[in-house]
Amino acid sequence: MVENRFWLNLLSHLVLGLGVLLVAFPIWIAFVASTHSAQGLVSGTIPFWPGDLFLENFSQVLSGGNDGSVGVSAMLMLFNSLVMALGISIGKIVISLMAAYAIVFFRFPLRSVCFWIIFMTLMLPVEVRIMPTFQVVANLNLLDSYTGLTLPLIASATATFLLRQFYMTIPPELVEAARVDGAGPVKFLFDILLPLSRTNLAALFVIMFIYGWNQYLWPLLVTTDEHYYTIVMGIQRMLAVGDDEVAWNIVMPTTLLAMLPPVGVVLMMQRLFVKGLVETEK
Amino acid sequence: MAPQLLVTLVFFIWPAGQAVWQSFLVEDAFGLSTEFVWFENYAQIFTDSRYYHTLWTTIIFSAGVTLMSMGVSLLLAVMADQVVRGAQVYKTLLIWPYAVAPAVAGVLWLFMFHPTVGVLAYMLDTIGIEWNHFLDGDQALLLVIIAAAWKQISYNFLFFLAGLQAIPQSLHEAAAIDGAGPGRRFFTITFPLLSPTTFFLLVVNVVYAFFDTFGIIHAVTKGGPGDSTRTLVYNVFDDGFVGLDLGGSAAQSVVLMVLVGLMTVVQFRFVERKVQY
Repeated sequence: MVENRFWLNLLSHLVLGLGVLLVAFPIWIAFVASTHSAQGLVSGTIPFWPGDLFLENFSQVLSGGNDGSVGVSAMLMLFNSLVMALGISIGKIVISLMAAYAIVFFRFPLRSVCFWIIFMTLMLPVEVRIMPTFQVVANLNLLDSYTGLTLPLIASATATFLLRQFYMTIPPELVEAARVDGAGPVKFLFDILLPLSRTNLAALFVIMFIYGWNQYLWPLLVTTDEHYYTIVMGIQRMLAVGDDEVAWNIVMPTTLLAMLPPVGVVLMMQRLFVKGLVETEK
Repeated sequence: MAPQLLVTLVFFIWPAGQAVWQSFLVEDAFGLSTEFVWFENYAQIFTDSRYYHTLWTTIIFSAGVTLMSMGVSLLLAVMADQVVRGAQVYKTLLIWPYAVAPAVAGVLWLFMFHPTVGVLAYMLDTIGIEWNHFLDGDQALLLVIIAAAWKQISYNFLFFLAGLQAIPQSLHEAAAIDGAGPGRRFFTITFPLLSPTTFFLLVVNVVYAFFDTFGIIHAVTKGGPGDSTRTLVYNVFDDGFVGLDLGGSAAQSVVLMVLVGLMTVVQFRFVERKVQY
C-alpha cells in the first residue's frame, strides 16, 4: 500500500466481498435446494432459506433408493470417480516421471523423435480426438472398465513437460557427484531426484486429481453400465429425464457431493496447489 | 520412457492417425463399405454455411467467456493486491471454483436460471425480463458464457494476483511521489507491466473456451435451442456420435487439431518473445 486511503481500502473490501458473494452464490442456492422437497421447489415461490430435509435428501442420494436417480447410489459413483481420479493422477505421474527422467538424463537413439511424439499430445485435448480414441478403446475391448476410463487419459504430456522443465534445472554437478559416489541410475532417481521433486510432484498430483475427477465427456462415452458411472456424468444422466420434472432436490445434493472432494483437495493443499499452478505453467 | 511412449502411441498417435485417415473416407449408412474421397469431406465442411455459423458461435462464446472472466478477475486481483489485511482469506474464498467440474458448474447455473424453478429467472421475471433459455437462443448462449466464465474466474485471479505481486512496490511509490493517483497508476504502470500475464491468460482462456467447456454446453443446452450454442467441439461430438457422420466428424477433428496447433505456436513463439518488458 503506497498511501493509506480509507475510502480506497473500503472500496477494495467491498469489491472483494461482492466477488466472494458472486462466486459463492450458486453454492448457496444449491445447498438451499438440497434441503427442500421436490414439491417445495416447483410450487412457484422459490425458497431462499434452507428447509429441514437436509439429512433426508442426502441419505436418499447416498443410498440411491429414490425416483430421481440413475439406478446406482451416489456412493458408488463417488467411488468410481475416486478410482478414476487416482488412477489418472498416479498413472500420469509415474509414467511421466520415467519419461522425463529418460529424456533429460539419458542419451539414446531416436531420443528427439520420442520427445516430439510425446509433446505433440500437449496440444490436443481429449475432446478433439474423442471419436478415434473411442474406436481404439472399443477395439481393445476396454469399454465399461476402469482401465478404459483411465488409461486413454494418461496419454497426455502436461506432467511430463513440467517434470522435464524441473529436471533441467538440476545442476549437472549433482549428477556427476552421484555417479562418482557410485550411484546407479535407479539409485539416483530414487535417492536424489524424487526427494528433490517432492513439492512439484505434490502440486502436480493436486492438479491431475482435479483433472481426473472432473472428466465428463470421456466417462459419458465409454460407460454404458451404470456401475461404472462417475459422479460428474451421473448428474447429466439425472438431468436427462425427457419431459419429466427434474428431481432438483436430488440433483443438487449430488452436485454438492460431486464438487466436495476436488474442492476439499484444493483448499487443503492450497499453498502447494497455487505454487504448482502459477510457477509451472509459466 | 517406454510406458509413456506406448500409451501415447496407442491412445494418441493411433487415434490421431485414424482421424486423419478417416477424414478422407466416406462411409455408407450401414458401415458396410467405405470409399476414399480425398478432400471431399473438407470441401463439404468449408462450403457448409452451418459450419460457419458454428464457428461464429464459438468466436462469440470464447470472446464472451474470456472478456467476462478476465475482466472480473483482474478487478478482483487488483483489489486483493491493495488490501493489507485479509488478502489470504479472500484468496482462499476465491480459488475453489477452479476445482468444480465444468459440467457441474453448468448444472449450478442451469438451476439458477431455470425458467420454472430458478431464483435468478424469477428475479428477472419480476423486473419484466422473460427468461427462458430453452426457447431463446441468445439467452442460452449468455447462460453458458456466464457459467463458463464463473468457473474460470479463480484461475485468472490466481495468475493476475501472482503477476501483480511481482511488480516492484518501488515503482508505485515513485509514481505516487510524482503525484499519480491510484487510477492513473493502474493504467500507466500496473497494466503495461501486467501484459505478459494478460497475454498468457488470453491464450489459455481461448483454449479453455474452445475445448474445456464441452461439459457445460452438453449438460446445459445440448447445443440448442436450434444451433445457438453449438461450438466447434460440440459439433465434432454431435456429428460423430449422434449424426454418425464419421468422415465429416474426423475432418472437423483435423481442422481443430490444426487450430490448436496454431494457438500453441502463437503462445510459445509469439507471445513469449514479443511481450516482454
